[in-house]
Amino acid sequence: MKEKEVIQGFSNNLNARNRKGVIWHIIFQASTLVGIVALIALMLNIVNSAFGYVAYEARVDPDTFTVDGVPLEEQNKEQLLTLLQSELSRGAYNKLNNEEPFEERSRENVFQLIVERIIRPKVVAVWDLWPSLTQVDEIRATVAQDFPTAELDFVSWLTYDFVTRPQTSEALTAGVRTAILGSLWTIFFTILLAFPVGVGAAIYLEEYASDNWFNRIIQTNINNLAGVPSIVYGILGLAIFVRTLEPLTSGEIFGLVDPTTANGRTVLSAGLTLGLLVLPIIIINAQEAIRAVPRSLRNASFGVGATKWQTVWSHVLPNAMPGILTGTILAVSRAIGETAPLVVVGASTAISFDPESPFSKFTTLPIQIYQWTARPQAEFQSLAAASILVLLVLLLSLNASAVLLRNRFSRRF
Amino acid sequence: MTTNNNPEPTYVIETQDLEIYYGTFKAVTDVNMKVEQNKITAIIGPSGCGKSTLLRAFNRMNELYAGTSIKGKITFNGQDIYAKEVDPVEVRYRIGMVFQKPNPFPKSIYENIAWTARIHGYKGNMDELVENSLQQAALWDEVKDKLHQSGLSLSGGQQQRLCIARAISIKPEVILMDEPASALDPIATLKIEELMQELKKNYTIVIVTHNMQQAARASDYTAMMMLSGEGERSGTMIEFNETKTIFTRPADKRTEDYVTGRFG
Repeated sequence: MKEKEVIQGFSNNLNARNRKGVIWHIIFQASTLVGIVALIALMLNIVNSAFGYVAYEARVDPDTFTVDGVPLEEQNKEQLLTLLQSELSRGAYNKLNNEEPFEERSRENVFQLIVERIIRPKVVAVWDLWPSLTQVDEIRATVAQDFPTAELDFVSWLTYDFVTRPQTSEALTAGVRTAILGSLWTIFFTILLAFPVGVGAAIYLEEYASDNWFNRIIQTNINNLAGVPSIVYGILGLAIFVRTLEPLTSGEIFGLVDPTTANGRTVLSAGLTLGLLVLPIIIINAQEAIRAVPRSLRNASFGVGATKWQTVWSHVLPNAMPGILTGTILAVSRAIGETAPLVVVGASTAISFDPESPFSKFTTLPIQIYQWTARPQAEFQSLAAASILVLLVLLLSLNASAVLLRNRFSRRF
Repeated sequence: MTTNNNPEPTYVIETQDLEIYYGTFKAVTDVNMKVEQNKITAIIGPSGCGKSTLLRAFNRMNELYAGTSIKGKITFNGQDIYAKEVDPVEVRYRIGMVFQKPNPFPKSIYENIAWTARIHGYKGNMDELVENSLQQAALWDEVKDKLHQSGLSLSGGQQQRLCIARAISIKPEVILMDEPASALDPIATLKIEELMQELKKNYTIVIVTHNMQQAARASDYTAMMMLSGEGERSGTMIEFNETKTIFTRPADKRTEDYVTGRFG
């Protein structure tokens, strides 16, 4: 193209402008790259810890249980039961029988019990995935030299058993079922409190509240509350739900719990605390969504003589719902990952029974992860990594179901 | 209620020294007009002179915009619609509105009308009501096979007629139209104008329009609005008369300039 004549006062700076554009383009791309690299590093780190070689020793040598030349692994259920009965105390044996009668248990289950209760393997060394893949020979040599009696196995710490077993103090038999159920119970009460209250407050603030200084103060405060550190909510929850409302949150006033053991450190308290924590986030997001409903739609509704309530219920809410649900997804994702407020509210550190009611003691996945990472033994780091994977899957599946729900709403017309 | 044959015309809406404010800004001033029953009254004038503001004041839609207030009086069948005891919802029920941009509900065609009827407690035959309304809006033949499709799937002109069908489904006494054809092509516009002629047999229509030909073609009375005054200028009604007078022998020089296209 023939160059345009330079008019006085203007300069031909197109190349400079284009260069600037390219530079910014590169900067933005680099920012995205940093984020992706960080994410990949995180995932690799977790996966690296969640799989690998484990060397473990039996506290009691299984060979000592060989009967008539038949090794333990090949004995039938009756022989195993006899062994279990002779090695365990009568009380422990009866307790197991009460949990599930031995007649109904499979041979594999009984064998598992013998491994857990009698042989009691002990982890002596753990390797991450990377060395497990690249330095197998060194690992074998080390084990042969340092732990001659130990067995070396390549294990995935994340297994079906890991997800379905309750928490124990033995790394090899520990599971996260208690924590998963605790998380689900907690989140249930979080949503139960935060969603209706949050959406209700958003509707009030957007549709009904007039623009005066009082409502502006309320609005400012809600915005600020969304930024309050979560531990502060923990303290609030401790003061209100655990202490002040103890009869309620412990289930005492419903007569469900023995008053002498009642204690407000329950699933209910935790859920309500997290509910308060995410309430401002849900309110703000719901307000945004409600504000985004076009004025023309409200006009259409008011124009045919609909009342405010009819307009809000039939038009504003259905059209804002996808946005409201998006905000709720974000809020719930945050709540699932919260640890600090639950520590303050009093999540149990070691608990092996499942939460069964709102008034159960509980632990949650992040608490479990936090506790395992805090322990010095390497095998618990691997357990923590496996729990993180469980937490991520739980989070993704909850989000996916919320996204499906949202898409149902937005597809309506 | 008086009939058309009555020699004395019946005025449905009347204004007295009407002023409309946005906050402290006086947007419209000194409006005195009468809307005759079963006639089409057009409000014309340049952009920003308060035509739509005036129209919205007739069914209290203005109140949905923060900070608006009026002085003076608007009566509907002799009743002051801004009186304390009057519920704006009732006013909008009896004085319907069609907006500049077609705004069907994001629901099915059928449900657009059915919802409107339901909220007013309609208990009769819904299918019949939907069909009647769509027929009156000259839309039935085009949509009768797809009543359960989204109202938003229709073309712009069809959407606007759906909005008209929706408005008349609840039998208002007056229909306010805020530039109903400004977003439509000439063919769709013509359809709306024909429809207005049909509708005025049963309804009183007030229409705001930018389109001079439309006002000349379609309306019986025309109100000419224009900004006036010093400093902060307010829209005011400079002339109100039968349409043919406004377009042939306007009393005001500014009206003449405007309707003949010599304005500005």
